[in-house]
Amino acid sequence: MAHVALADKGQELAHPKTWIGAYVWSQDHKVIGIQYIITATLVGLVALALSAMMRLQLGFPGVFDLIQPNEYYSAVTMHGMIMVVFMLTAFFLGGFGNLLIPLMCGARDMAFPYMNMLSFWVYLASVIVLCASFFVPGGATGAGWTLYPPQAITEGSAGSGMGIILMLVSLALFIVAFTMGGLNYITTAFQARTRGMTLMRMPLSVWGIVMATILGLLAFPALLVAAIMMLLDALLGTSFFMPAISDLGEVSSTTGGTPILFQHLFWFFGHPEVYIVALPMFGIASDLISTHARKNIFGYRMMVWAIIAIGGLSFIVWAHHMYVSGMNPYFGFFFATTTLIIAVPTALKVYNWVLTLWQGNIHLNVPMLFAIGFIFTFIHGGITGLFLGNVAVDVPLSDTYFVIGHFHMVMGVSPFLIVFGGMYHWYPKFTGRMLNDTMGKIHFWVTFLGTYAIYLPMHYIGILGVPRRYFAYGSLDSFPDSVHVINTSITIAALIVGTAQLLFIYNLVWSLFKGEKASSNPWRATTLEWQTPDTPPKHGNWGPELPVVHRWAYSYSVPGAREDFIPQTEEPSENTKGDVH
Amino acid sequence: MAIAIILILLVVGSVIFHFMSPWYFTELASNWGDIDTTVTITFIVCGIVFVLANLFMAYCIIKFRNKSKDQRAAYEPENKKLESWLTIITSIGVVAMLAPGLVVWAKFVSPPDDAMIVEAVGQQWQWTFRLPGEDGRLGTVDARKISFQNPFGMNEEDPYGQDDILIPSSELHIPINRPIKFNLRSKDVLHNFTVPQFRVKMDLVPGMITWQWLTPTKLGTYDILCEELCGIAHHAMRGKVVVDDDEQYKAWLSEQKTYAQFASMQPGDAHAGKPLYQACAACHGLEGEGNQALNAPKISGQETWYLEHQLSNFKHGLRGSNPEDTYGQQMAPMAATLVDNAAIKNIAAYIQTLPDNPAPHTINGDVDNGKDLYETCGKCHGKQAQGKWAVNAPRIAGMSDWYLLTQLKNFKHGVRGNHPSDVRGKQMELMVVSLNDETMQDIIAYINSL
Amino acid sequence: MTATLIVLAVIMGGVVFWLIRQTLNVQPWAEEGPIGQDHASGPFSVQPAKVGLIVFLAVAASLFSLFVSAYFQRMEFGDWKIAPEPFVLWINTAFLILASVFYQLARNAVIKNQTAQVKSNLLIAGFFTFAFMGGQLWAWQEFHNSGYVLSGNPANAFFYVLTAVHAAHILGGLWVWSRTLFKLQSIVETRKVRTSVELCAIYWHFLLLIWLVLFALLLST
Repeated sequence: MAHVALADKGQELAHPKTWIGAYVWSQDHKVIGIQYIITATLVGLVALALSAMMRLQLGFPGVFDLIQPNEYYSAVTMHGMIMVVFMLTAFFLGGFGNLLIPLMCGARDMAFPYMNMLSFWVYLASVIVLCASFFVPGGATGAGWTLYPPQAITEGSAGSGMGIILMLVSLALFIVAFTMGGLNYITTAFQARTRGMTLMRMPLSVWGIVMATILGLLAFPALLVAAIMMLLDALLGTSFFMPAISDLGEVSSTTGGTPILFQHLFWFFGHPEVYIVALPMFGIASDLISTHARKNIFGYRMMVWAIIAIGGLSFIVWAHHMYVSGMNPYFGFFFATTTLIIAVPTALKVYNWVLTLWQGNIHLNVPMLFAIGFIFTFIHGGITGLFLGNVAVDVPLSDTYFVIGHFHMVMGVSPFLIVFGGMYHWYPKFTGRMLNDTMGKIHFWVTFLGTYAIYLPMHYIGILGVPRRYFAYGSLDSFPDSVHVINTSITIAALIVGTAQLLFIYNLVWSLFKGEKASSNPWRATTLEWQTPDTPPKHGNWGPELPVVHRWAYSYSVPGAREDFIPQTEEPSENTKGDVH
Repeated sequence: MAIAIILILLVVGSVIFHFMSPWYFTELASNWGDIDTTVTITFIVCGIVFVLANLFMAYCIIKFRNKSKDQRAAYEPENKKLESWLTIITSIGVVAMLAPGLVVWAKFVSPPDDAMIVEAVGQQWQWTFRLPGEDGRLGTVDARKISFQNPFGMNEEDPYGQDDILIPSSELHIPINRPIKFNLRSKDVLHNFTVPQFRVKMDLVPGMITWQWLTPTKLGTYDILCEELCGIAHHAMRGKVVVDDDEQYKAWLSEQKTYAQFASMQPGDAHAGKPLYQACAACHGLEGEGNQALNAPKISGQETWYLEHQLSNFKHGLRGSNPEDTYGQQMAPMAATLVDNAAIKNIAAYIQTLPDNPAPHTINGDVDNGKDLYETCGKCHGKQAQGKWAVNAPRIAGMSDWYLLTQLKNFKHGVRGNHPSDVRGKQMELMVVSLNDETMQDIIAYINSL
Repeated sequence: MTATLIVLAVIMGGVVFWLIRQTLNVQPWAEEGPIGQDHASGPFSVQPAKVGLIVFLAVAASLFSLFVSAYFQRMEFGDWKIAPEPFVLWINTAFLILASVFYQLARNAVIKNQTAQVKSNLLIAGFFTFAFMGGQLWAWQEFHNSGYVLSGNPANAFFYVLTAVHAAHILGGLWVWSRTLFKLQSIVETRKVRTSVELCAIYWHFLLLIWLVLFALLLST
């Protein structure tokens, strides 16, 4: 049977013959994953630079004169879109998904390596198109990352000509890339698992990434539909979203359309998108915590079902982003209820992480520091989400800095801490070197404390009513001058945190050459990726024989066992007896 | 270990910050105290979870951190009882937050029948308002009818519209202690009508009417903010709402004009303006060409509505009252000699008849850089710097460039546009925040090149 | 968004049902050894390509259901003017049905390893598919010439968009079809194209189903 040949016989993989074949046009999932990670990191640095410019403007208005209003709104938009889609989604699914799924499932490669390679190159094209929009006349789009029409395509916004068109084209390309990658992740996880790797033996990282992929495959089409219809409105004068308007004094040719329809489509994608980032983050966090606490993840089955439940529910909460959008206000009752229901499985995940620490044997390695920091920031970001999800509570807070504070805690800092934790954790496997510990600790402390100094005050000036997406505030009777003071201090904290990320990049490069040599399983972990015959694993991953899995992924500190971990591949023996209850 | 201590400090610090921070809700000025209550309930429930979960985590780290080589973790795959209990307790917490929220929302979606109707009209980047007039009914409108003569897009045929009171200003007055239903209408893109002190907010969506209701309970003047990104001057889209007692409100209302009155207003009479212009000619020149030596800019070729607005500002002290504005202070007493609105209109009409010759160029700069910077300016002032009535942006091409530079500096340094009632000046102030002397010259050099 | 939610509920329901069967009542920590279905030999061995296709069909179903949802939402606004569908669409529908039938015949032939039948049926299926595409272009022409231009009314715009997105999917299918045909010319063993013929047959049926839904939608509104 075809898939057996693919999964079991190394010779059927297209082994590259040249350097370019091995590292550029590579079909090896590990190389593709690293390509994804490098590209996402670079474009993430662009977004970081944009946020630095925005913060300098907000913290020191009229001092640095770096950006004008149109550039500010372009920066707001591009920062958001890059971070959410082109950085985090690509990093978790394209990066970690590619690196981990085949290794953790015991496969030689993805199910369709050629399509997997195409996925990366189309993704790269989407990033290039996106970045090109900075340089077209009118600049990049300044419609906000939500790209709401009419302002996205009317004269009064930055980049309402070429800028928005390139953004939509870039998103369409990204969706194509994601679909090609996603088909691989799902097929590999469901069809190419090795002998003994039942679904319930899979590490939670794989569960999270696969469920996120399912969400992405079903949700991204909504963005594609919205993008196609907006492109037609912008270029060919249709009226899907465009009503009759007076655009800076000139009556439009469009008539009758409804901007609310776009918002429904956008958030039908946009809310699952939050979980596309969150579910891999949950999964990886679980594995980091379990490994470094030397304890099985508490309530594995509940964790799996929480991932599935959150994934399913995430499709019926989208309009909680639209409570004050002018949609039928009666929808508020339904969406507030569903939104708060989704809080229950999410809260259970948090409890289970903390309960995993309980009676553990906690090694405070750098990845663990990031994971613990993540639990804190995720609790913070999660509970502020309860404010915004509950319709009446949302009303005064909507579109204020409270929202900025909330989603940066839950969707910015939290996933980034897990991205970093994951990098510190798996870097040794894919490079053969450890990342430098001292630099890692500095990176953690500055990032963790610095981001809290940035975002905690934002919640409070949001409650005060300070609106988001303002280029300058000037003087307003409603707000005290202390708002300016805190804005300045937020900027200083943001610049420090930004600089710390450069230290991380430096660490990645420095350790590649000078880092301490890593053993094949430095964290003494149970999961399959640490049991490869070579470190870093060679093309085909497993040498002549595929591994056989004998137990679940969390056999840590099994009573009676000699070591405090039993690899998934270890055959049952006297040593592992305690495993069976 | 450090991480555990830091976690404890962060939890304690966050709680202290919550109670000590100077930033919390503005003083309530409407009936929506219930919303504040739901926020407080959410804070209590979430605060408990935040404190307990994090302290428990810190405790676990202290107690179960690795201390010796032989240390082993416990082995406990799951604990159904504990997990069930946690689910139940979480659900109770969720219900405790959700139920009051839904009750308040039920109130939000049912405005009282006797609520007074006020229409707030949003456009890039200003607010205007409309009241139903004596018949208590708003006339129909159509975005396609919007023009310089009919900025509200009123339907001329509709009898209900004739007595509608139009308020072409960003300052709205409302009476205290009466429920008010704001009908929200946008002419162009999405906006959001927010007064922080009222708590409620709602988007304005072009093509449809949205609404929100509230009862103001406290006298005072409050900021109206746009809280839905609406283009490059989103942050400069501001208004004021004044909560009056009944007397004050009636007085204010009696000064407002109806649509019918606006429609029948006479345009300025250039003939009558000519003798009045003699006083202006001394500085601005017989043909309005301007005189740099006397710091008098070119005024010929400028749009009538802009001249009228500025003359009115000078006359009423919105401009030229700032002691740092030396030249504006010279202009203010001249404008004050114009007896009434009609005189202002007549003069503006006369200036319109003067020959429009481009002013000489006196400022040099980097045209290419200016072109990039002009991207923002051009949204309002037009790609050819010809000005746009819809956004109150005057013509700047072919006008006195030295004067533009002075005014840009004035805006930047709060010399012009800082009078609380000079809303349009304030907007400009918020747009030039990041310009400096050099970039201002570059922009003007680019405008000169047009 | 009701239409989308129904489609997604079916898809998610399928996923969850399958997962429940696989995972419920399993205590993964309590078992040792290489248990579970062995993918190398078990009955559950579906080709990965087939799984990939099914996942892709789910994506496409989501896409079309979203268009349908948008259609319903937009329709409720006052400016919607119902446009008469060109009659040629009926003929096109017949073409697509025939294409689907012949693809099925090609699939049956490939299983029995009948090279000649595979080739001829594939060619006929392709012919009808091209006829469908040509007919769709004709329909556009007719629609346009009757004054129903793209920017005239959202009903017109949806007609063009829905047919175009559907046609784009067919074009993708035709690309695989042409590659299959090309391979059939150069290789001797028919079984090497078996997967692609089988999968294309499924894809054609799926696109026929989508077209019937879209056509019914256009006709009924």
